[in-house]
Amino acid sequence: MNRVEGHDKVTGRATYAAEYPVEGVAYCYPVQAEIARGRIAGVDASAALAMPGVLAVLSCEEPPELGADAEPELALFQRREVAYRGQIVAAVVADSYDDARAAARAVRVAYEPEAHDVMLRADHRGLYKPDKVNPDFPTDTEKGDVAAGLAGAQVTIDVTYTTPTMHNNPMEPHATLALWNGDGDLTLYDSSQGVSLGRDMIAQALGLPRERVRVVSRHVGGGFGSKGSPRPNSVLAALAARAAGRPVKVALTRQQMFDVTGYRTPTIQRIRVGADAAGRIAALEHEVAEQSSTLVEFAEQTATATRVMYAAPALRTAHRLVRLDTATPSIMRAPGGCPGMFALESAMDELAVAVGVDPVELRVRNDPDTEPDSGLPFSSRNLVACLREGAERFGWRDRDPAPGVRRRGRWLVGTGVASSTYPARRRPSQASAAVENGGFVVRIAAADIGTGSRTALTRIAADTLHVDPGLVRVELGDSDLPYAPVAGGSMGTASWGTAVTMACQDLLRDGKQGFADTTEAVNADAELARHAFGAQFAEVRVDADTGEVRVSRMLGVFAAGRIVDATLARSQFVGGMIMGIGMALMEQSVVDLEFGGFTNHDLAQYHLPVNADIEHVEAVWFDEADGELNPMGTKGIGEIGIVGTAAAVANAVYHATGRRVRDLPITPAKLL
Amino acid sequence: MKAFEYARAADPADAVARFRPGAMYLGGGTNLVDLMRLGVAEPGALVDVSRLPLGGVEPDGDGLRIGAAVRNSELAAHPLVRERYPVLARAVLAGASGQVRNMATVAGNLLQRTRCPYFQDVSKPCNKRQPGSGCPAIGGDHANLAVLGHSRACVATHPSDMAVALAALDARVHITGPGGDRVLAMPGLHRLPGDEPHRDTRLEPGELITAVALPAPPPGASHYRKVRERASFAFALVSIAAVLDVGADGTVADCRIALGGVAHVPWRAFHAEQALRGSRAGEDAFVRAAEAEMAEAVPLPRNAYKVPLARNLIVRTLLELAP
Repeated sequence: MNRVEGHDKVTGRATYAAEYPVEGVAYCYPVQAEIARGRIAGVDASAALAMPGVLAVLSCEEPPELGADAEPELALFQRREVAYRGQIVAAVVADSYDDARAAARAVRVAYEPEAHDVMLRADHRGLYKPDKVNPDFPTDTEKGDVAAGLAGAQVTIDVTYTTPTMHNNPMEPHATLALWNGDGDLTLYDSSQGVSLGRDMIAQALGLPRERVRVVSRHVGGGFGSKGSPRPNSVLAALAARAAGRPVKVALTRQQMFDVTGYRTPTIQRIRVGADAAGRIAALEHEVAEQSSTLVEFAEQTATATRVMYAAPALRTAHRLVRLDTATPSIMRAPGGCPGMFALESAMDELAVAVGVDPVELRVRNDPDTEPDSGLPFSSRNLVACLREGAERFGWRDRDPAPGVRRRGRWLVGTGVASSTYPARRRPSQASAAVENGGFVVRIAAADIGTGSRTALTRIAADTLHVDPGLVRVELGDSDLPYAPVAGGSMGTASWGTAVTMACQDLLRDGKQGFADTTEAVNADAELARHAFGAQFAEVRVDADTGEVRVSRMLGVFAAGRIVDATLARSQFVGGMIMGIGMALMEQSVVDLEFGGFTNHDLAQYHLPVNADIEHVEAVWFDEADGELNPMGTKGIGEIGIVGTAAAVANAVYHATGRRVRDLPITPAKLL
Repeated sequence: MKAFEYARAADPADAVARFRPGAMYLGGGTNLVDLMRLGVAEPGALVDVSRLPLGGVEPDGDGLRIGAAVRNSELAAHPLVRERYPVLARAVLAGASGQVRNMATVAGNLLQRTRCPYFQDVSKPCNKRQPGSGCPAIGGDHANLAVLGHSRACVATHPSDMAVALAALDARVHITGPGGDRVLAMPGLHRLPGDEPHRDTRLEPGELITAVALPAPPPGASHYRKVRERASFAFALVSIAAVLDVGADGTVADCRIALGGVAHVPWRAFHAEQALRGSRAGEDAFVRAAEAEMAEAVPLPRNAYKVPLARNLIVRTLLELAP
């Protein structure tokens, strides 16, 4: 199906957060910390306040009143301590954006700097074991005797992989428009992946009952996780509007996004594998070191996919975290699985080479009957089918495993494979449905961040009501609508779709209107291992003189339940794969060790793939019939496309060159 | 953005007359406007020279005269450039994106500033932006900065592709200014950083580029090759413009080699050229030439890769050009 709001978007009628026209609107521009750690001695706003158009200056000199339990990244101007370079320490509100920006540069902040530490190291003394990893996985797991398994193995692999800091970089910068009415009610037009959670967290930060806050996000230009929970811009707009007594817009610049909207933690991952001569795994260990800020503990679930993937009698996973003088890392597309599967699937390739077994066959040989860590049965698992189908379509059969021997002109050519997986979960949600004006209206506080969820929900509702999708209108992106979880964790369509289906069923019973709250249904789900799986194949060419890597073709084969809509699904799979190519070859936020923060904080320096990098990317899928998921039979598809992709590319680079790059991204400098 | 005065010049003399200390000339604005938004450039006045009658690509004796206001896209597409100076067309097309090339002018391309991350961030020191404040790139993020001709004050690179081809082609830059008209020969428009990295070029305040003149095309085959992490829309890690003329006896009659991404200037590889002239064209000579040039390199810890990269690129490009 084409996107139901497609016409509005291409004609410019779809309004994004910063675009709502408001009478008397003022603009707010943040002042950011220029030290990575220390204390604010004083903020002198006198020069800024004297500048044209300036309405107010916010800072810790006069801390605005906030709720007692505001999330620390949202608790603006409450403390004098600086937690990271780029933290918002003051802000100017003015009649125009340019006036606010000019005055922000005139705010004088005096600091008492302290020595900072912004570098993740495997031997960092501050590494500790967090109580859980995101969102609520156990930090460590262990079954069987890993040491004995490694000691008794015929072949062992002991390797360390590293992934750099990466930033989400959605197209639409984070932006908020805040309006207070005369009764002290707040409306925020925000760029958000979840207005219900956003409303709750913003209300909590401001110390307001949530009934007094409304968050509206009708159209969102991407998020990739960085808009999953409110960022400082949301609270800043509310505080600025209160201070100025006018509606206020905050629109972050790309550079500011690098500082305050979250990022994927860098990781250092040690993998040890012990196997027999045929490649059957006896012991597998995955240890991760990663970082968070001093403000908030966010521990990425990097090794959790390893608990799901391969049959290993002895299996240990562990996460250690260090709190650095950095901003708080957060969710970025496929948290956990994305960096973790780069390491595991690279190690599987190294094992395949070590035992001389084809890497597709090696994965098939180690496919488990039940979830390796938990012992739970799978609701469905078709990894082997994906690998076999992909091998057939990709022309894998005649592959010569010898590395560094295929040449096409100046290019060395190689192919690689990796598995993909992502959990298939759902969360409680509500929805309503009603007959209105001869059609049907479905209401749910879901988000469409460009994925097409509005369209998918339209189709799910139409299927349930047995009517043409043209008769169904879905209203979403407004916290006054029935409560819904965020667009994240590959749970959006599964969670919202359950509620929409049940609301439509209720409407069919009632004839006029329907409502559903899926809390009970979701809580009654049987304990099962529910995951989507996939296999990714890449062919790369590497310039023998310069180390330039180009991906000639990529194929992804996925088994992700029933696919609601082929057009939307393809763009999710292919989009994830392309993002994975970027992760493999170019994405990295360069940490500024001297000053803190990042040096390459714009899209000229932080490279994402451009059209010329993407030659032939294809995604296909099996329609799985899995009755243990939700009424639609779907597994999430927003994230699995980026899982394993970087490993497939890295494995292909090894096959092309004989060089194993264990440190992403694979730049020319690492291949020369 | 700091408030500024704006004036549109009627002709080059009017532009020069309108110039005041603190003013800047505005061409396509693809770099200057970005720098103004970032607070890196804070001109008190902009003198708009983008609509001066400085367009046109025309034959000039055996050579070509290119107006300073010619857009990059027009330059790359011009039949005379494509036929007679393909290395220039290729270099221009290797730069930026289609949209940027539609805006960017020839003079503006030559005068664009470095993309060193510290230069572009006003919250950090930079000798180029704020003389005497220091160079954090030397101990910090210099992975894409200079390996040749840099100083203790600055390791910035010049980002242009077009300028690399112009340096190889012995282009002459026509200038008008308060002191009259003059000509600077490429690669001599730009200067090494030394103790004054805030000075990118040898232009004096108020001087305005009016045209770039190319002498007759050098004999031989030519090529422009740009190495970068992604396939398009990225600055060069290293780039090369090369022209090679091999005589009937198999010896190198003439050659021109210029490198981008390695220095504060488009780097003319005079040592390599000298080593090549008169020697027998082939891999041995090409390797000797490349090594002669890169022997002067002083890489920093995170950009050492540029030395073998430039060496390999010189050798491979010459091998492809050799008959």
